[in-house]
Amino acid sequence: MNLKPNTNLSSLYRTMRRIRTFEERVGELFIRGQSAGSMLHLSIGEESSAAGVCAVMKPQDTFTTHHRGHGIFLARGADPKRMMAEIGGKETGYCHGKGGSMHIADMALGHLGANAIVGGGIPAVVGAGLSSKRLKQDSVSVAFFGDGAMQQGILYESMNMAALWDLPVLFVCINNQYGMGTRIDQATRNTAFDQRAKAFGLNGTVVNGLDVEEVQAAARWLMDEARNGKPGFLSVEVYRFFGHARMDKSPYRDEAEELEGRKKDPVLFARNKLIETGLETEPALDETDRTIAAEMDATIDFTVESKAPQLNTMFRDVYAVGEPEPEPVRTRIDRVLAREDV
Amino acid sequence: MAAMTYRDALRQALDDAMKEDQSIVVMGEEVGRYGGAYGVTKDLIKTHGPERLIDTPISEPAIIGAAVGAAMTGLRPIAELMYIDFLGMTMDQLANQAAKIRYMFGGQIGVPMVLRTQGGTGRSAGAQHSQSLEGWVMHTPGLRLAMPATVQDAYHLLRQSLTKPDPVVFIEHKALYTRKEEVDLTSEPLPWGKAAVRREGGDLVIVTYSRQVIYALEAAQKLAAKGIEATVIDLRTLNPLDFDTVRQHVERVGKAMVVSEGVMTSGVAAELAARISEECFDFLEQPVVRVAGEDIPISVSQELESGSVPSTSLIAEVAEKMLS
Ligand SMILES: Cc1ncc(C[n+]2csc(CCOP(=O)(O)OP(=O)(O)O)c2C)c(N)n1
Ligand SMILES: [Mg+2]
Repeated sequence: MNLKPNTNLSSLYRTMRRIRTFEERVGELFIRGQSAGSMLHLSIGEESSAAGVCAVMKPQDTFTTHHRGHGIFLARGADPKRMMAEIGGKETGYCHGKGGSMHIADMALGHLGANAIVGGGIPAVVGAGLSSKRLKQDSVSVAFFGDGAMQQGILYESMNMAALWDLPVLFVCINNQYGMGTRIDQATRNTAFDQRAKAFGLNGTVVNGLDVEEVQAAARWLMDEARNGKPGFLSVEVYRFFGHARMDKSPYRDEAEELEGRKKDPVLFARNKLIETGLETEPALDETDRTIAAEMDATIDFTVESKAPQLNTMFRDVYAVGEPEPEPVRTRIDRVLAREDV
Repeated sequence: MAAMTYRDALRQALDDAMKEDQSIVVMGEEVGRYGGAYGVTKDLIKTHGPERLIDTPISEPAIIGAAVGAAMTGLRPIAELMYIDFLGMTMDQLANQAAKIRYMFGGQIGVPMVLRTQGGTGRSAGAQHSQSLEGWVMHTPGLRLAMPATVQDAYHLLRQSLTKPDPVVFIEHKALYTRKEEVDLTSEPLPWGKAAVRREGGDLVIVTYSRQVIYALEAAQKLAAKGIEATVIDLRTLNPLDFDTVRQHVERVGKAMVVSEGVMTSGVAAELAARISEECFDFLEQPVVRVAGEDIPISVSQELESGSVPSTSLIAEVAEKMLS
């Protein structure tokens, strides 16, 4: 078995397959009642955006994501075990069970944080761009968000500043056609999102997310430009294969639409392309898939075996280590009740 | 009498009010076709149409701001914030605009809108979807604040909110939506701004609101088994605040605990404790005790989440200590 990518597309395929399999395991974790809550947003169908953009990022680059960010973090090189454990609210997770699926982060990989506020993570990349420029870090900061965030005013304040200050920043909209049950044309009159970016003086383009290599090419151009101080915007057109979150059965769209939408499958497309062009054989890809499945199965075992965080860790990390910690309510109550003249 | 959920009572209130008052519109994310993230507006679009159940883009400041403008010009909007945590984005429109317009403009005009939202812990929803931010609202003059604990109140307080001349922030608790109780919606409601004494006892007064009322009543039952009788006061509205009822019972009993899911420092519990200490000082046998949320963000881990806010057992434990 040879897991070493022999071509660019093979490598992108592996990244995408790992994302898809990981997300399938997240669903399993939920069904087994081992996830912390039901607010789990799967990125199945959008793997090309994560794989294509992260493939052209450099180690020093930073990024923020929205609430559907598992795939982006994995594409950036996250450890799927620690990711899954965080999704399960366990102490072995990236944020020791405090953040969960929607608040995962890892400064070592430049992940400045996932966000449960639609648009909440966008302006931070402007600040990261400012740092990069002032401190000569040669890094680009990338904001990943959904089409829903295209209707948040803060995006436009951020784009304007990025352009005004010539910052190394890239805004990436993963347009999966829906924000919860609202189809994109029910949320805005003009869905040509690149026009908005261009109006603020950014480079902007829209790419079909079916072919991960196209996503990668568009991202490469925008990243190169951004690194030289011309911020950019990329909209990747994909389809959200499943419900908004685990509990959502998408009653607002019909099955015919879903079946059609799921034909736009970037993982399958890359697989077929690899076989058709002779870069990989079907048995070899099957073997790759099996290896990945085993890797992702192990993330569930790891999560189930991991411990919940100790109760007293709740007071840690509200402030910096060594600074005064919040005083527990019980301690305060006990002091009140211990008064001698009571 | 019929059994009904908190969610259905809210929906019924919206439905009935919208039938009576054509100026009411509901605007917010997923309130129409989807029926609300927690199902409160389910199917209302079928009865009242998309012109009155207005699905909005994800643009919270503009949703609240547009409701302010609509309220000033003839409509009675209900703006829905899917999670109270999004107040962080909309605080200008709520606190600088809605709350101050009547005053700044010398009483020329009011802002008769309702901001419907939900808060609290209980779903492992994490730090940005689990907060109890009623303290921010109560700290802002010009806003009214209702927080129903019971199914009956879910209905009546919402109906009453929709008759008020000033902006009302109406905060539901996400863990109460599926709660079922016997209700009679045709019965005469308690007046707006009046607290409800849910239980009477002579050993201790527990003052609280929203889900903590349920916990306090459960705790009171446990305590009763040990011979401790607690009075439980459900404030129902935090603005206006029915302090007369609180005072009357604290003066009678001499011991008071206040319970809030919001963080302890500078929150609703702090305000209530201060007020009881100031106004009932001569009647208190011991200091008022606050049982409130820890001064920390809410974790997604279930253990940390439930461990950081008051519970039935914590209330009972503290009450026992107060009486020992
Ligand atoms: C400020 C804010 N408003 C609303 C929500 C509730 N919400 C969570 S995800 C979502 C839809 C987001 O759609 P989109 O940005 O397209 O991302 P997708 O879920 O499609 O990946 C909404 C409305 C939120 N989390 N934050
Ligand atoms: Mg979307």
